[in-house]
Amino acid sequence: MAASISGTEADTALLAAHKPTGRISDPIFVGLLWASGIFVLVLLGLIIAMLFEGGLPALREFGISFLWSTTWNPVTERFGAGVMVFGTVASAVIAVIVALPLSFGIAFFLTEIAPGPFRRPIGVAIQLLAAVPSIIYGMWGFFIVVPLIAAYVQPPLIEWLGPIPLLGALFQGPPLGAGMLTAGLILALMILPFITAMFVEVLESVPPMLKESAYGVGATSYEVYRNVSVPYGRTAMVGAVMLGLGRALGETMAVTFVIGNATRMSASLFAPGATIASTIANEFPEASIGSLKLQSLLQLGFILFVISFIVLALSRLLVRSKLKG
Amino acid sequence: MNFAPDTSIDIASAVNRATAPSAEPKLKVEKLNFYYGDNHALKNINFTIPEKRVTAMIGPSGCGKSTLLRVFNRMYQLYPGQRAEGKIHFDGGDLLSKNLDSTVIRSRIGMVFQKPTPFPMSIYDNIAFGVKLHESLSKSQMDERVEWCLRKAAIWEETKDRLHTSALGMSGGQQQRLCIARTIAVRPEVILLDEPTSALDPISTSKIEDLIDELKQEFTIVIVTHNMQQAARCADITSFFYLGELIEVGPSNEIFTNPREARTRDYITGRFG
Repeated sequence: MAASISGTEADTALLAAHKPTGRISDPIFVGLLWASGIFVLVLLGLIIAMLFEGGLPALREFGISFLWSTTWNPVTERFGAGVMVFGTVASAVIAVIVALPLSFGIAFFLTEIAPGPFRRPIGVAIQLLAAVPSIIYGMWGFFIVVPLIAAYVQPPLIEWLGPIPLLGALFQGPPLGAGMLTAGLILALMILPFITAMFVEVLESVPPMLKESAYGVGATSYEVYRNVSVPYGRTAMVGAVMLGLGRALGETMAVTFVIGNATRMSASLFAPGATIASTIANEFPEASIGSLKLQSLLQLGFILFVISFIVLALSRLLVRSKLKG
Repeated sequence: MNFAPDTSIDIASAVNRATAPSAEPKLKVEKLNFYYGDNHALKNINFTIPEKRVTAMIGPSGCGKSTLLRVFNRMYQLYPGQRAEGKIHFDGGDLLSKNLDSTVIRSRIGMVFQKPTPFPMSIYDNIAFGVKLHESLSKSQMDERVEWCLRKAAIWEETKDRLHTSALGMSGGQQQRLCIARTIAVRPEVILLDEPTSALDPISTSKIEDLIDELKQEFTIVIVTHNMQQAARCADITSFFYLGELIEVGPSNEIFTNPREARTRDYITGRFG
């Protein structure tokens, strides 16, 4: 009993001797941390609310069929998101299809094959590619890639693949250069560095001993890559691809330059099209406040938001299920 | 009273060990030098590994024993800057010769690592993976092979009902026996064990040691270990490495009871290391 009292007295003396510096500043610090955490939630909520609210009149006017209607006619004020949703998803998917094998190849080359002196320059080049602003890709795409594709890629493809039934439908129309395929290719270049950089990181995290044990039963480097390194890192790789897809979905400037900006639906990869982002960028300046067009554009923005959200959620889901397996 | 059977086993294995050096040589190392860049890691090693015996390599960390193991299956070649000079006679050829294909060598000289390294796939596929690289077997032949090597590795009973589940769900000791099974599955002639029990608990360790004793009926085994009791228990021949040199090699019972070299004696009595 006595001991405990003297202990308390000692504590009091100790507290008195030291100025309680943390008594005021620490709650402020913690409060600020809470504020910054909540700020993110509020910001996200406000963006969603603003987009949804702003676009709601368009949804009321055209009904739920706004989502798939392929009409986009500013003159008659009839709007639908179908063409842009299709264009957004199609160009992003083309980008991933083109970028994925290249990323696999570059990442494998960098981690396993490239001799020391080669690794750094290629690694740095990839990082620089990621740092190029998208407007540069847009200009380069418009002035260099579009004419090249129109002159050398599209004519032979139309000639060879065009007559094939079904598949040929993808390769119809005049060789304009600008169009869905070109947009997908430019997007592929833009997401390539991201996917590659993450793949390299994943491959470098594969334990050397695991690779050695595969080499140890007589596997070649391709077999080790295919059967051990990639399965080991597949969850992270799926995540990397999804992030690339997400970036491709929302990319604006580069796509606006090369996609042709036609709000018509076409099965052909060569036909000009539009994505949600490119349509908003193109038409926003012409939309007057309170007009149905502006509301439709805001609604488009909301749809893009939802698509990106779905992609992110899917990637999380995939990663989690793979982790369990 | 109860100790009697143990004694008789000890005598039997001692006799066995005494006869060990008379076995046929499987690997013959001749004037081997090894470099990590400028670091001279193995110095003029001359060493013979007898067939169907267990040969242990002991020595303090950094003495070169693991390096020598990695030369035997040319694992060092994966890394630029590492090179070996000299000769290793194996089946009438030179292991270090450029003419021999590394993948073929590694299928004939298998390796098990310090930590269990199951591939991220099912138990069955872990084993089938290596086999498929070298042979084309029918489904039933592959089933037989998987069962055969899992039995050899004394893990069949524990795995037969879950062959198609992920190998990553097994315990550490089971994983290591799976890795041994995987190595056996490609039917190598030599099995290299690089501190195979250093990450395992005592029970798993003793299972693996029993397994090593089984396996030497059919395979030539080279084991690197930090555990001198393990070398004394398992190995017919023990070699002591120090600072990149082979100090002494001989039947295990001689090395551990009556070493010729003072450095060997100091190491096994725990005076340094």
